Amino acid sequence: MHRQGNAPPDEVAVVLATEGPHGPVIHATNRAARLAGIAEGARVVDMRAICPDLQVEYADIQADRRALERLMLWSRRWCPWTVTDGANGLILDTTGSDHLWGGEAAMLVEMETRLSLLGVSARLAVAPTWGAAWALARYGAVRAICAEGGVDAALAALPVAGLRLDGDTLLLLQRLGLKTIGALAAVPRLSLARRFVQSPLPANPLLRLDQASGNLPEPVASQDAPVRMRAEARLAEPILDPTHFLPGLCDDLCAQMGRFGFGCRQLKLTVYHTDGEVSAVELVIAAASRDARHLHSLFKGKLDQINPGFGFDLITLDAGMVERLGTVQTRLDRTAEDDVRLPQLMDRLTARLGQKAISQPQLQASHVPERAESGTVTAPITTPPPPQERPIRLLAPAEEIRVLYAVPEGPPAQFIWRRQTHRVARYQGPERIAPEWWKDRPGTRLRDYFKIEDQAGRRFWLYREGLHEDGRGGDPRWFVHGIFA
Amino acid sequence: MQWLSSHRSGLEKKADAVVPQVGICTLFEVFSATASDGSGSAFALSMLPKRAGPLFWVQDSLSAKEAGRPYLPGLKTDQPLIHITLSRAADVLWAMEEALGCAALGAVIGELWGAPPSLDFTATRRLAMRAEASNLPCWLIRHAATPDLSAARSRWRVISLPSKTHPHDAQAPGNPRWKVDLFRSRQTPPGTWVATHDRAADRISFSAAFRDGAVAEADAPAGQRAAG
Repeated sequence: MHRQGNAPPDEVAVVLATEGPHGPVIHATNRAARLAGIAEGARVVDMRAICPDLQVEYADIQADRRALERLMLWSRRWCPWTVTDGANGLILDTTGSDHLWGGEAAMLVEMETRLSLLGVSARLAVAPTWGAAWALARYGAVRAICAEGGVDAALAALPVAGLRLDGDTLLLLQRLGLKTIGALAAVPRLSLARRFVQSPLPANPLLRLDQASGNLPEPVASQDAPVRMRAEARLAEPILDPTHFLPGLCDDLCAQMGRFGFGCRQLKLTVYHTDGEVSAVELVIAAASRDARHLHSLFKGKLDQINPGFGFDLITLDAGMVERLGTVQTRLDRTAEDDVRLPQLMDRLTARLGQKAISQPQLQASHVPERAESGTVTAPITTPPPPQERPIRLLAPAEEIRVLYAVPEGPPAQFIWRRQTHRVARYQGPERIAPEWWKDRPGTRLRDYFKIEDQAGRRFWLYREGLHEDGRGGDPRWFVHGIFA
Repeated sequence: MQWLSSHRSGLEKKADAVVPQVGICTLFEVFSATASDGSGSAFALSMLPKRAGPLFWVQDSLSAKEAGRPYLPGLKTDQPLIHITLSRAADVLWAMEEALGCAALGAVIGELWGAPPSLDFTATRRLAMRAEASNLPCWLIRHAATPDLSAARSRWRVISLPSKTHPHDAQAPGNPRWKVDLFRSRQTPPGTWVATHDRAADRISFSAAFRDGAVAEADAPAGQRAAG
């Protein structure tokens, strides 16, 4: 988890921290830190006092969870059913698959070797139940193996913390003098049931005991791995231009997706160079699609980004963000649908012009004209348009003008904009728009908007920024902000 | 056309000119007098048929800088807006062509500054044929340009006129009026009209341009406002 990707040396005490209510709290420690007496859940400042040269990194819990899920899928090499267990555990249902690895002991050795090759240190145990395996892996011997029927004997000497109980219950059991699972199991069942009948599962030692001994079933609900759609072209000779292979790859990928009823929202074209380099072109699509012609058209002009180098001999096309896409009939007559749909149009535009060029403005609840619409696509909020008349075109930014006025607070009589003099024939206003104090910087001046018609009939939206002697700068300035119909 | 029927029923009595028709969906071209004149785009917007699909608006960056960008709160439309600003005229034409293939849109509006070399007869012809094929209205707004060779089915020149008197405020501008000049058309004989846009009803009505001078006189601005 180190930033550079390489693990810190073993002799340096390193901890991972998370934000707690009163400053950072230790989330995980390495071995050196554990030996220095650093406890998980303690505050980082306190632990710095114990160990001054402590290295602190921030934990990325979401990424850890995703990594654990990937590891869970990876561990299906040993058995078909695997699930994640909490934040740091994996449960593998190896029933019937251990003989493939030469027995349980050999399988554990194989697992530990493989995991250490990945850079993961693991504590492994085999037991007939989920609860027993949990306890043995954390508190038992190294690579403990518990045979069928030997659960009670194997767990008897382990501390009660091995029963997956919460902190309060553990404290209670400690106060009652029940230190080991064996001691707890020796308590008459009726007394335990009477004491913990109201408690939920994590605070109920009796239920946890039953789970560990197998009296209460706890099945492994293994989920299927996400579908992976990929088309690839292996070439006999290295080539420099993937253009000719792209239609075939798109067809292949879309046929795969069509077979399972999926569509993708991401495409990744990867080329593997002969000198070991890998380069990729990625596309994001507005709506799930498996239309080979459409997907192919999105790559137009994108392939230039690939530097061919000495050529490449493997091209793959991966579909990302795969989701269900049913077959829809939109017309009753049997004519083919040949027009482009809106998401496809947006895909094409985005692929060629870039995300920034395209905006889909939405009305926003704000009086300040430039904030009354936003360029980002948000969830459709039905903000009513402003009741006052607004110009159909807005100048961004507003352009400053020179103004001749009769009264300082009144409308202009004449103004010069872009070196042209406009005489004011009619006006409407002012409409005062105060700054939004919760957003604007302090000292922002209010605006008085006027709708002006000049001698030629052109209609403008002018505003005066500020008032005379409002204590927020010098004389007010005038701007043209919009053009009316 | 919706406005056409309403217009014929109500106002046709006094209008002796032939009313311009934009019934079919094809390429229209409108020339605005100056960049600071919003009449061209307003006229194009008011002539669009009422549809549910989004309004697709492409500008080149010079038009966006000089004439401003379309402002959604002022458009008074329920249609969503897709707005694209591009630096090259060729890209604008490409985007318009792509959009004209999508029948889910409500209308396509393109804005170009000057006379870029990519906007030749072929380009406009492509736009016109695509618009007709997909039955989409397509308006090309030209700023700072003179009418050159083009395949647009009808071509307009629009200039702002002093607006009508405001019903409640004598010194305020009322409903906008434009002098519209249809100087080339396939469907209608060319002509010049004074168009008045009723903002509240979003309806445009045409009358003959300065038929007797009295109308123009009566609706002219009330002179220079007295200073103070």
